[in-house]
Amino acid sequence: MLLIQCPYCGLRPELEFAYAGQAHVARPADPSATTPDQWTEFLYLRDNTRGIHAERWRHVRGCARFFNALRDTTTDQFLATYRAGESMPVLQQAGQKP
Amino acid sequence: MRKFSGWTLLKEAFGGQQGWTPQWRRVAPQAEYDAIIIGGGGHGLAAAYYLASEHGITRTAVLEKGWIGGGNTGRNTTIIRSNYLFDESAALYDHALKLWEDLSQVLNYNVMFSPRGVMMLAHTVHDVQVAKRHIHANRGNGVDNEWLSPEEAKAYCPPLNIERNIRYPVLGAALQRRGGTARHDAVAWGYARAADAIGVDIIENCEVTGLVRDASGAMEAVQTSRGLIRCRRVGVSAAGNTSVVLGLAGVRLPLESFPLQALVSEPVKPVVPCVVMSGSIHAYISQSDKGELVIGAGTDAYTSYTQRGALHVNSHTLSAVCELFPAFRRMRMLRNWGGIVDVTPDRSPIIARTPVPGLYVNCGWGTGGFKATPGAGHLLAWTMARDEPHPINAPFTIERFRDGHLIDEAAAAAVAH
Ligand SMILES: Cc1cc2nc3c(=O)[nH]c(=O)nc-3n(C[C@H](O)[C@H](O)[C@H](O)COP(=O)(O)OP(=O)(O)OC[C@H]3O[C@@H](n4cnc5c(N)ncnc54)[C@H](O)[C@@H]3O)c2cc1C
Ligand SMILES: [Zn+2]
Repeated sequence: MLLIQCPYCGLRPELEFAYAGQAHVARPADPSATTPDQWTEFLYLRDNTRGIHAERWRHVRGCARFFNALRDTTTDQFLATYRAGESMPVLQQAGQKP
Repeated sequence: MRKFSGWTLLKEAFGGQQGWTPQWRRVAPQAEYDAIIIGGGGHGLAAAYYLASEHGITRTAVLEKGWIGGGNTGRNTTIIRSNYLFDESAALYDHALKLWEDLSQVLNYNVMFSPRGVMMLAHTVHDVQVAKRHIHANRGNGVDNEWLSPEEAKAYCPPLNIERNIRYPVLGAALQRRGGTARHDAVAWGYARAADAIGVDIIENCEVTGLVRDASGAMEAVQTSRGLIRCRRVGVSAAGNTSVVLGLAGVRLPLESFPLQALVSEPVKPVVPCVVMSGSIHAYISQSDKGELVIGAGTDAYTSYTQRGALHVNSHTLSAVCELFPAFRRMRMLRNWGGIVDVTPDRSPIIARTPVPGLYVNCGWGTGGFKATPGAGHLLAWTMARDEPHPINAPFTIERFRDGHLIDEAAAAAVAH
């Protein structure tokens, strides 16, 4: 089981969390001016990254808040977690740019 | 290809088994092919076989980054059924089921297809209604499916616990008698051997690292770990890695890749005569011919390419299995593993052309594509050979998400496998 750092509560077991998909996917600001292709992009298309993935998690059985994380999908290692609304952290190690 | 028969077995038995030869050639890639399939799972190998056998495109290669059948084909719980709700799905999965029925004869290779019946349990009033709706829809589409009372379910599968005092009591079950299982490895090997015999090159340890397009944007070549190979007709059948491969051509797909796990017990004498599935409590069980109980779980929660998952997912499944089959409480599990499954938002696959001319894709089979292996290969081959879909896979496009024509098996049943 993974240990996940909730930016509000600290390190907790995976069982307390719910995965909520790719992060930083913004809903189109002006729905009536949005084309079908843009809706498709928002609703259905995902990066599905093999590597470092920015994603949303929810500490559903803790503080219940959403936050974001950078995780390497080839190892499942969490590289950073950060609060919703904050910008994506820049990773220090070489080769770990998101 | 040396034909297998009772006679060849007998002859080899007396000859000390010295006469067997490799079942497919080990070849280096040629400079150019008429068709290339990326991904040597059951689907890709089947597509190559049908390209050569039904469409005469014998200058075909299958490029596999590892060994054939080492992906989800070799990792799945082999449940085969066609009792899906929507007309499009019933046609698609029943097309595959019909091909399974004589596949061993067609390939001259025993794929051990065993139509022992697939029983899907209902535990709540909602489950009962959903199951009965499926039964009626299936029968309307000519797909067999029937309702069993708890007592009838127990008669069909004696170790099943139908006591009313468990957390999720069995209120009945839907039974598809034509469903069952097959031997996963044999499916890959049987298609590989038959395809090789009619000219297809099967190239293992050959990872595709680039998709090269000409000035008009059409497919021109694939870059691989074993060099550049020219080809203007390329089909991708890479399961959990489809997003990565199509990303090489800049094509984005409605896919996410999740780990899905399975496990097997120590082998025991025959005890589970059919396949038992429970969508509500995420447990699937059958017994292999070697005697192991083959048990499948639901997908893990997050996207991943690790080919492993979390232990709590398996233990959840095992507790469900133990409640349904109390006799198994003290059995030991031998192995567990994971595969990476590519899931679409509506849980239906995509077998279609892509926006890149000459590039085709077969993906999105998620947790349930083993059953479709012969059908998916057959339809991908058709689509590649004619540059247009067969009527059966015509609805399974990428554009259905934009156009609102979802085939929403996810909402219909939310059953994996
Ligand atoms: C645990 C588990 C249980 C399952 N249970 C069932 C079940 O009971 N019933 C059912 O119907 N389905 C089941 N499935 C789903 C089923 O296994 C898959 O849908 C099906 O096997 C997909 O077949 P495939 O040939 O497309 O994929 P695979 O067998 O995964 O083949 C894809 C191949 O592509 C190769 N590849 C990837 N990238 C590249 C590249 N860049 N270059 C070259 N090659 C590449 C991979 O190495 C792989 O061998 C299960 C899956 C899992 C993981
Ligand atoms: Zn928290």
